[in-house]
Amino acid sequence: MNTHLNLLIGLAMGLNLIALGSSRLPSLIQVVSAQGMLLGVMPLLLEHEWSWMLLAVVVATVGGKGLVIPGLLRRAMRAANIEREVDPLIGFVPSLLLGAGGTIAAVALSQSLPLLPEHAGLLLVPGAMASVLTGFVLLIGRAKAISQVCGYLILENGIYLFGLLLINSTPLMVEAGVLLDVTVGVFVIGIIVDRIQRAFDSLDTRKLTVLRE
Amino acid sequence: MNTVLDLIFRLAWWLILAPLLPGIINKVKAWVAGRRGPPVLQLYYDLARLWRKSVVMSTLASPGFIIGPAVAWVALLGAVILVPLGPAGAALSFWGDVLLMLYLLALARFCTAWAAMETGSAFEGMGSAREVSYAVLAEAAMVAAMLSLCVQTGSISLATMLAPSAGAGAVLLAAGLFTVLLAENCRVPFDDPNTHLELTMIHEAMILDHSGPPLAVILHGASMKLLLFSVLLTEAVLPMGDLSPFAATGVLLGGVLTVTVGVGLVESLLARFAFRRVPLLLTTAVLLCLFALLVAWKGGAA
Amino acid sequence: MISLLLIFMPLAGAALAAAWPDNRTRPWFLPAVALVHVVLCFWLLVAPPEVAPDAWMGFDPLARAVLPAVSLLFLVCACYGVSYLAVRAERPNRVFVAALLAVLGLLSAGHQARHLGLLWIATEAVTLAAVPLLHFNGTPRAFEATWKYLLVGGTGIALSLLGSFCLGYASLHGGGSGDLTFASLMEQGAGLSRPWVLIAWVLLLVGYGTKMGLAPMHTWKPDAYGEAPGIVGAILAGGVTTVAFTAILRVRAVVGAAGEGVLADRTLLAIGLFSMVVAALFLLGTRDFKRMLAYSSVEHMGILSIGAALGGAGLWAALFHVWSNSLTKGALFLSAGNIRRAAGSASMDEVRGMAMITPRSAAIFVAGMFAVTACPPFGPFFSELALVRAGFGSGHVFVTAMLLGCLLFAFFGISRVVFGIVDGRPRPAMRTGGKRFVETAGVILPPLALLGFSLWLGLFTPPLLREVWEAAVQQLHPAP
Repeated sequence: MNTHLNLLIGLAMGLNLIALGSSRLPSLIQVVSAQGMLLGVMPLLLEHEWSWMLLAVVVATVGGKGLVIPGLLRRAMRAANIEREVDPLIGFVPSLLLGAGGTIAAVALSQSLPLLPEHAGLLLVPGAMASVLTGFVLLIGRAKAISQVCGYLILENGIYLFGLLLINSTPLMVEAGVLLDVTVGVFVIGIIVDRIQRAFDSLDTRKLTVLRE
Repeated sequence: MNTVLDLIFRLAWWLILAPLLPGIINKVKAWVAGRRGPPVLQLYYDLARLWRKSVVMSTLASPGFIIGPAVAWVALLGAVILVPLGPAGAALSFWGDVLLMLYLLALARFCTAWAAMETGSAFEGMGSAREVSYAVLAEAAMVAAMLSLCVQTGSISLATMLAPSAGAGAVLLAAGLFTVLLAENCRVPFDDPNTHLELTMIHEAMILDHSGPPLAVILHGASMKLLLFSVLLTEAVLPMGDLSPFAATGVLLGGVLTVTVGVGLVESLLARFAFRRVPLLLTTAVLLCLFALLVAWKGGAA
Repeated sequence: MISLLLIFMPLAGAALAAAWPDNRTRPWFLPAVALVHVVLCFWLLVAPPEVAPDAWMGFDPLARAVLPAVSLLFLVCACYGVSYLAVRAERPNRVFVAALLAVLGLLSAGHQARHLGLLWIATEAVTLAAVPLLHFNGTPRAFEATWKYLLVGGTGIALSLLGSFCLGYASLHGGGSGDLTFASLMEQGAGLSRPWVLIAWVLLLVGYGTKMGLAPMHTWKPDAYGEAPGIVGAILAGGVTTVAFTAILRVRAVVGAAGEGVLADRTLLAIGLFSMVVAALFLLGTRDFKRMLAYSSVEHMGILSIGAALGGAGLWAALFHVWSNSLTKGALFLSAGNIRRAAGSASMDEVRGMAMITPRSAAIFVAGMFAVTACPPFGPFFSELALVRAGFGSGHVFVTAMLLGCLLFAFFGISRVVFGIVDGRPRPAMRTGGKRFVETAGVILPPLALLGFSLWLGLFTPPLLREVWEAAVQQLHPAP
């Protein structure tokens, strides 16, 4: 069980780096979608007894993170008619190096955090920290609104990974509530992105500079 | 007597087998494109033809123009002697020979670049500059890959180092080494060997003005380098420790063939990357090898 | 039972308002629901219900100390809202009214949440529900403000979720049963895993601090408060910041029970002082009177944070300050909204002489300015006096002195802007344009009422409220 889970988390961390290095928005959205589906499947590997509720949450997570949310993003991308992140604030190679450095630091730091024996060999904590850092780098370093939203989604994925540590104790109701909030949040973000596109005729957030002192 | 036979056999493998690889690559590319393509033995014919021709040398060039390719070839020969052939081991093996191999490869590159700059032409200078700047990152990736093998097996001798990694580490290492292979041997997506536009050349630009036997030596050296990297990649990934000699040879040949066909497919299916994007790809190769190192280190610590 | 009604009744009202077809009569939902909410809230204030220790939701002493203020603020703003939406009858108000009522219901849920997960869900829902309120004006500037609010606020909320998970893991690692109510976490006390508790504290402080508007996570506030309608600014500054403060207080109690109370207090002091300094500096330079209100809000959040770090007496003063700040900010935002409507701009460069164009709103604005900068006899003076006494009393002389210094600079900054707008002769273009905005009773009485409440709170703080705040302090700093 542990090695399978570690393999999936390792893949997710690899997806983080692909997201940092890619300049094409369709591939960024695909990475986020793949990561969401990977994460949605993980509770099946962690829970010892399967119930219908668990399966429902897994299906909802995979569907939501893997299909619905990326679909919304693709629609926004097509409406705005952009396909590339041309000139980011943090360049692609520096952000890739930041992400790789952060992943290594996360693995090293999590050695010193106390973990319960059943979580000791898992890569959950480093994976979570690495994804949170990747999300931040994307949020801060990219200029296109869609890239920033993808960064936010990767940030949420990292937090979800961490939440898997608590899966045996937190009732599924809270998990479902969290998922619902995330989905509604992205939905709202999608609407705002659409309005920004209509108001500014561009999704370059560097144009959002009217408000200042 | 045995050692002499052994040495002859090894040199035969390296010297005679090497020119076959570019031929296989071109055949694969032609097959993907729906053509028949040149014969697989084409490079042998080219080498024979070039050997018969005379050298055209610029009046500005010093003897370095001839010495460069010669020294490069000898350096490459030295490097391939150090690489083990499966369980048969290497012709020459000592503690730290992996470092010598890396430096010999760097020496070969230096000599080629020197010979190129001897012509005083702008194209050669441009090609040399590009080649050397890519080499910075490619060598970093190579060193990281060698480091990960070292950490895993605890030795820095090539003969004992090339035991395969386990699990995720092997995949990462394979991907990283394959990218380094493409970079060092000037294949797509780093450099298109079939281009005729000088401004887009890297390796081809460096050998534009060579002719006759020096050019033959350079081409043969390039194919030896390709064989070296293929053998390294195969041995780093496939387990060959406890197989019989025949089986090991078969596995090695099969691995080299797979890598060559893979290079051919990559050349056919990918386009050459724009120059500004190459550092990103090379950084990815460095990171892949670095993560293989991380996996080896953490796997050992666990 | 009634406490659950406090949550579900506004949500039901929101659903009804969303389904209501008539744009002109829909605003009346606001005061209707708000009135029922206030009645229920004050009934519970006077006759508190029994809250089971392991309940996930309940009108416990902390909620009782704070929620009635929010409710009262909402009622007055709702009355203002009817007149405001009548003035802006050209815009459809279905989403606005529904979102505003949803915010009330979710704020009630957030204040009463005694479970770590439920608290987060309520706060995230408030963040999302406030989004349509922010871009009600529909201008590109409003969308820009909403985008910044979403990004910064969303990141803050994500961090507070991570912090909640870390705290949950601290409990699990310490041998907890997985019950994540604040009461059981406090009981587990020293058994909580120390490194995880510290990580959780930092993340939760940053996350909920973003919602509160503490520096350096305050960057969304000037844009959001600057572009939102006045009524939305009042609810955000008076209500949403309060629920975030309540969340920080609950978490601080758990951290204190785990034995890291001193560290938690130091971080609260540091972040509170930093907020006050940043706010004072920006107040000295700002030229926009709605952004000025945002910086004033940052400053008061700094005051609340410092109060929470000063132990029992400081916390009592902070709870008093929650009431006085919410009511005063409400008055300021509503009157500022009037002035902005009348003047057509919010910048000092373009707005002058409002005392002649909107005399009553200007008078309320000036009075509100005196109130918020802690001039007697208004409420904030008494609450900040109590806080300063707690500060000197607990030996934090340097901190209290810096607090007073920042208050002074804030006074300079705010009075500069307010008098700049109110005094002088109006610009010629505005003298004809200003006549379009009529100061009806509907837009004057609500901010006046809020000012009156603030005055009454300061001069005649009722003993019931004093007891209620004391009970809340007991809940958060339980005597060993």
